[in-house]
Amino acid sequence: MPDVTFTVDGKKLIAPAGTLLIDACRKAGIEIPAFCYYPGLSLQAACRMCVVRQEKVPKLQTACTTTVAEGQVFTTESPEIAQARKATIELLLGNHPLDCPVCDAGGECELQDMTFKYGAGESQFVEVKHHRDEQQWSPAVFYDRPRCILCYRCVRMCGEGMDVWALGIHNRGADSVIVPNDAHQLDCEQCGMCIDVCPVGALTSGSYRYKTRPWEMNHVSTVCTHCADGCKVTLGVRQSNDGSEIVRADNRDKSGINGDFLCAKGRFGFDFVDSPERLQQPLVRNAQGKLEPAIWDHAIRVAAGKLKEIRDERGGSAIGVIGSNRTTNEENYLLQKFARTILGANNIDHERTTDYASFARALSGHPGKTASLRDIAQACAVLLVGGDPTDEHPLLAWLLRTDVRLNRARLYVANSQSIKLARQAKATLELRPGDLSRLAATLEAGQTDFSKAILAEESLVVIFGEEFRGEAIENLIAWGLKRDNVRFAYLGDHSNSRGAADMGLFPDLLPGYVPVTAPGAFAEYPTLPAASGNSLPQMLDAAAAGDLGALVVVGANPVSHAKLDPAVFQHTFLIVQDLFLTETAAVADVVLPAASLYEKSGTITNTFGDIQIVRKAADRAGVKTDFEILVRLAEGMGVDVGALVPFGKRGTTGDLGQSRGAQSGEADRHSVWLEANGLEPRLSPFDPLAVLDEIERLVPGYKLDRINLFAGNDVHTEPASPKLESGFVPLSTLAAPDLVVPAHDTLFTSGTLGRYSIALKQLEQHQKKELAEFAAD
Amino acid sequence: MPKLVSHPDEVKIISRRFGMGATNIDRYIELDGYEAVRKCLANGPEWIVEEMKTSGLRGRGGAGFSTGMKWSFVPKQSAKPKYILVNGDESEPGTCKDHLIFLHDPHAVIEGTIIAGLAVGSKMGFIYLRGEYRYLIEIMERAVADAYDRGFLGKHIFGTENEFQIITQTGAGAYEVGEESALMESLEGKRGVPRIKPPFPAVVGLYGGPTVINNAETIATVPHAIQMGGAAYSAVGTPRNGGTRLFSISGHVERPGVYELPMGYNLKKMIYDVAGGVRGGRKLKAVVPGGSSTPVLLPEEIETLGMDFDQVGKAGSMLGSGGVVVIDDQTCMVEFALRTISFYAHESCGWCIPCREGTDWLKKSLTRFHAGFGTRSDIDNIQYLAENMLGRTFCPLGDAAAMPTIAFIKKFRKEFEDHLNGRPCPYAKEGVPQLTVV
Repeated sequence: MPDVTFTVDGKKLIAPAGTLLIDACRKAGIEIPAFCYYPGLSLQAACRMCVVRQEKVPKLQTACTTTVAEGQVFTTESPEIAQARKATIELLLGNHPLDCPVCDAGGECELQDMTFKYGAGESQFVEVKHHRDEQQWSPAVFYDRPRCILCYRCVRMCGEGMDVWALGIHNRGADSVIVPNDAHQLDCEQCGMCIDVCPVGALTSGSYRYKTRPWEMNHVSTVCTHCADGCKVTLGVRQSNDGSEIVRADNRDKSGINGDFLCAKGRFGFDFVDSPERLQQPLVRNAQGKLEPAIWDHAIRVAAGKLKEIRDERGGSAIGVIGSNRTTNEENYLLQKFARTILGANNIDHERTTDYASFARALSGHPGKTASLRDIAQACAVLLVGGDPTDEHPLLAWLLRTDVRLNRARLYVANSQSIKLARQAKATLELRPGDLSRLAATLEAGQTDFSKAILAEESLVVIFGEEFRGEAIENLIAWGLKRDNVRFAYLGDHSNSRGAADMGLFPDLLPGYVPVTAPGAFAEYPTLPAASGNSLPQMLDAAAAGDLGALVVVGANPVSHAKLDPAVFQHTFLIVQDLFLTETAAVADVVLPAASLYEKSGTITNTFGDIQIVRKAADRAGVKTDFEILVRLAEGMGVDVGALVPFGKRGTTGDLGQSRGAQSGEADRHSVWLEANGLEPRLSPFDPLAVLDEIERLVPGYKLDRINLFAGNDVHTEPASPKLESGFVPLSTLAAPDLVVPAHDTLFTSGTLGRYSIALKQLEQHQKKELAEFAAD
Repeated sequence: MPKLVSHPDEVKIISRRFGMGATNIDRYIELDGYEAVRKCLANGPEWIVEEMKTSGLRGRGGAGFSTGMKWSFVPKQSAKPKYILVNGDESEPGTCKDHLIFLHDPHAVIEGTIIAGLAVGSKMGFIYLRGEYRYLIEIMERAVADAYDRGFLGKHIFGTENEFQIITQTGAGAYEVGEESALMESLEGKRGVPRIKPPFPAVVGLYGGPTVINNAETIATVPHAIQMGGAAYSAVGTPRNGGTRLFSISGHVERPGVYELPMGYNLKKMIYDVAGGVRGGRKLKAVVPGGSSTPVLLPEEIETLGMDFDQVGKAGSMLGSGGVVVIDDQTCMVEFALRTISFYAHESCGWCIPCREGTDWLKKSLTRFHAGFGTRSDIDNIQYLAENMLGRTFCPLGDAAAMPTIAFIKKFRKEFEDHLNGRPCPYAKEGVPQLTVV
């Protein structure tokens, strides 16, 4: 659209013809109030708050439906307009309960703000207000009907945004009410987006309602710990007797790649951190064979002592390390460095849910071929093969739906199941068993309408699900690489599965998928074993055979996942770092209570390779971050931790307070300030940022735009870019594809964490009940 | 069947076949039925539109927009099908004219619809009756079936290459659906709330196609105007107000009913002569000239008032749907206002804030006020409320509630003041309605 010039309040503005006046004004910093207008949703013109005066037009016009054209002249603030808005608010307040002091929205209510602005605080209304009882629609969603101002944002968000269509309107006139789809209950994805968009306190969250006031919380911006999409989430944290507690999760400033969006897990699934089953002190197995609480010093001494003893007596290959899909990149990096340089073997692996190694291998030597989430959000055409994003990658599903709806993108869905996103698809292809490896050939042949449409696309993002492994990945990527403008994304399961793979939690690959046989820059490690180590199943086999002296498990649960007989560890000294006494922790010799992702700082990488910063939001008494635990274990083994964590070496010079006499041992105020401002003190061995320096320096593809990253934005990484040695076949790929076991988490499950989230359990049960009732109807 | 009324001053054009058994297709043809459409087939679309422009026919739904102009706005070429939509959702209190047309002359509606279709190049028409007229749908459906049988509707109407289909539909009982875009929503099976305009129906209407939507009376007039010739039809009325109109006269008159009178007919004569004067020889207190949404007029304002769009507009009211409601001197105007606003509060679709909350608030205030619990500031408040609804709502329903309310207060303030100080309504004989709150 060509640009047009028009005048608003005497200012000349320029915008593309056809832009909505309200958008053009907001971009120019002219605030126009509105209840019903919500960017990206269909227009309503129902609230009449955005009225403005257009020259030569007799009536006030709604800015949300007026499109700008050359030469128009508008007034957005005048006594007449202020009166119109004031009257509308007076009308709304006529039936709206004035229970602001107890309303969840008090303090962040759009009606409150506008009443304040337009001064409709004094009411002439003396009639009895309508009263309707409050309703609970699901464990997550409550509807306080009298507070509803009927802006229909929830109805549209649910329908247009989520493609769920669970909300509607009953009755008419002043009797109008929003109703859920199952008469009195919500049968939906329980995303809570309706609560999020509600401008007042009509829709409230089951987990947050009546708990606190917005101004009593600290709002900490971090990344969700559940699926591999990596939504930015703002945690509302309040002081508690036990440190601090998370009381709410949303995406308050809408700044992340997820914009408005959060799913049920991101919004309600934070409560696992407060589970009564959370471990808050180390456990050490005593002489009687029972786990008993211990102080940290003792637990570390026992664990480190045993590791040192076994390494020195039996060699590093007698110790295995299993890493986590949820810890930070820095922790994962440190873990593999710990395993390789301190324990002295490549016996490191993680519970692989996705074959990232094959993905990286297939793309090696082809930089610029991976798609970030932002690329996908703007893509003209997307081929989605396998996977079910609606259930497993809610943000991806949201972005694809939005891209189709608002940008008229073309979505092509090839799947063996009928997935919900097929509703947005321009064309679909049903996959049969064995089709995955043949898919590239089928597309290239161009014999079906589906493949013809794909071949006709000038640019394409190919997203494939976790059913793709090894050869199937290589075939599809090889096909795409032959075409112009094709980029790829691969769907994994957990919040940092990609980071675990990128950071080299592999027995044969170093960080950045660098083979241990050709370590390149990693040759600077003080020691680096040349031989590949054992994979996870091999370690478990070794344990069963009595050949594994010790096993360090960080945030993983092989006993449950591999359905092991716990007796396999009877000859293995088992050290477990975890939040809960999982099946694996229960048979450990030392259990070290770890901090969750919401209680630490660092970075994580989503399945698309977008790296984001994680900020410590809450505190939990008694726990330590996995980073600190590892450093303390190393220290306990008598290692110079400076070789493990390059702290205080570069960047801001460390001043631990010596220059001021380190009064009362307080931390350097300068470093406190630096940390508070997202800068990099790197002053202690427990500072993950010191390791981020090393990651950037050594890991191929992790050259980061740090200013952007530290500002809270997502930064795309591509660890697949270096050309791998020809002929090198990672152990993980063709040799043993069954190493990869997808988690297939749903909207309400999240591996181990989900088991400890009461909120997610309740939602899952609610939805099961709804489905059962539906079946009985 | 309601009794038909008549008066020598009537000019029977639309009502020509009323009471003559024209629901029967043979009888309709005998009475020159389906002649106009043949004439149109012979002369082509441009001719039809020109004839309609010449006839000066203005929309009988209330807004009074030129029918010929409306038809000329429909794009000639369209990727989507074009539709003709007959608005028979006659719901304005005081109006009952379309009812008679459907009852006595359904084929005139069909014929008018076909002509509109020919004029704009549409192959499909919908006749939408209000939900409460469900008993009339049988008559309408019978007539449509007969027209199909005769080949007047279908793939080749009247043996030509022209196609035209008609579908009938009833509403579910919502005044709001009388608004053209809400009617389209309803017809598409959705909740009957209006659409954002622009785009206007002539460009994007029913199912996204260009749509002509006309009032049932307008459509039923079309064949007559064609048959008489545009110029002859135009000559019947006053300048810019061609033809006749069905006036529904109700309230406190001796002979209430639907009378067909030329546009511009004097309102006072209409009441005192045509309708036989105020019931029981009482004094006239006020007249609502065009359905309940039009501002009330005082006796002194109707002396020389000719009932056409322009003259009534100049007098500060509207001709609207032609529903004349006569109010005698024993009527409480506060109660009349309350009755009127109760209707709009009940019928507000609830879409936009000023109408939804405003009508509800007005109803509550007026109920309390009428029951004798009002204060002086209530009068100003009611006026303030109505003035702040006016022009601010999504569709004209808010205006329809606000305009008469403002007029009641301005013209009958004294009567409102008579309800103050705890005095019961001076007109109430059997108690006053009390407020019930849900």
